Amino acid sequence: MSHDHDHDHGAGSHLDDMTARVMALETVLAEKGLIDPAALDAIIDTYETKVGPRNGARVVARAWIDPAFAEWLARDGTAAIGSMGYTGRQGEHLHAVFNTDEVHHLVVCTLCSCYPWSVLGLPPVWYKSHAYRARAVSDPRGILAEFGLHLPKSTKLRVWDSTSEMRYLVVPRRPEGAEGWDMEALVPLVTRNSMIGTELALSPAALKAPPP
Amino acid sequence: MNGPQDIGGRHGFGPVAPEADEPLFHAPWEKRALAVTLAAGAMGHWSIDQSRWVRENRSPAEYYTASYYKLWILALEHLLVEHGLVLPEELAEGRARFETVLPKRVLRAGDVAAVLARGAPVGRDPGPVMPRFAPGDAVRTRNLQPHSHTRLPAYVRGKVGCIEAVRGYHVFADASAAGDKTVAHWLYTVVFDAGTLWGDDAVASDTVSVDAWEPYLEPV
Repeated sequence: MSHDHDHDHGAGSHLDDMTARVMALETVLAEKGLIDPAALDAIIDTYETKVGPRNGARVVARAWIDPAFAEWLARDGTAAIGSMGYTGRQGEHLHAVFNTDEVHHLVVCTLCSCYPWSVLGLPPVWYKSHAYRARAVSDPRGILAEFGLHLPKSTKLRVWDSTSEMRYLVVPRRPEGAEGWDMEALVPLVTRNSMIGTELALSPAALKAPPP
Repeated sequence: MNGPQDIGGRHGFGPVAPEADEPLFHAPWEKRALAVTLAAGAMGHWSIDQSRWVRENRSPAEYYTASYYKLWILALEHLLVEHGLVLPEELAEGRARFETVLPKRVLRAGDVAAVLARGAPVGRDPGPVMPRFAPGDAVRTRNLQPHSHTRLPAYVRGKVGCIEAVRGYHVFADASAAGDKTVAHWLYTVVFDAGTLWGDDAVASDTVSVDAWEPYLEPV
């Protein structure tokens, strides 16, 4: 590209260069009528306020309390999740995998950053990092230890490398101590990372403000 | 492509460093980069796999040092110029100056919610084409090393695994990345024992799966 002006002006200049570069790009496209700037605002608003890991947490919490839904989720993740209104980009083909006493699931995309946007939103930087992508398949127990999760050798570890348009949602085990809680009370226990597989769902004691 | 993106099993990248209370974006330009990439893609001049191919088809030195969204912007600029929608001089100056290719369509703000909610499903009608493999079948991945985009990671090449599930008849990313979205093949989840991939240091009961299109596989 003739437009590559990413030379180093010193500390902090990298972001300034990119700010200028993206502004120039956006300006050219808008002047040519190739993009509608208001559409860009609407896209950003979607991922800042509407599509995020709370969607996935509601799917998991419902699966914990509704065996028929859990069965549907296991059999046809796309349809079951779609029935809750979570559809669309980077979630067109979904499969839910359930952690048990015997098996723990971990999701990665070694080739890039495939991630179930419709239920988890945009991926965190660590999920896209070279370190995670390189080692999640070859040293998954080491990765989990870095997240503070030490799996016993007796637990089988299953790594899902998302190499197609299939997107994977981990359903963590329901923690003890939340018996009788309804779906909305359970949702805060379901962290984003627990749905990728790098953590367990929170225990009720770990919640800062436990429900009454 | 035996490129810098294919890093499953590579050493030297250090520990994972999750950021506490990570923001969704780390700079205002990142959110614009996301949005302009999606909006430009919605013009319909290239497939998402062409975007992926342009992002990964870089020198390792550049790929490993550019930030995630910077790679998106580099790729978007490349695609816009390649498809004649803008000229490099215009990007350099930050203003439109020339007559260029008109867009097939433009994503309007009022259509964003519906377009994002619809997504772009890649399942296709297989017609009379039946899957060659069934769950439980042993398969070996072919030793494919194309110079172009592919989804068979190097670490599973030439390895024996087991078909766990038939996932559907999906658009073939390798062809889509070259601009042909009409090719589809059966897609399978193939499970490998960790020891098959990583040797004696692996925990014997651990497994790794990839999703592999039928042309990647041969019977054992």
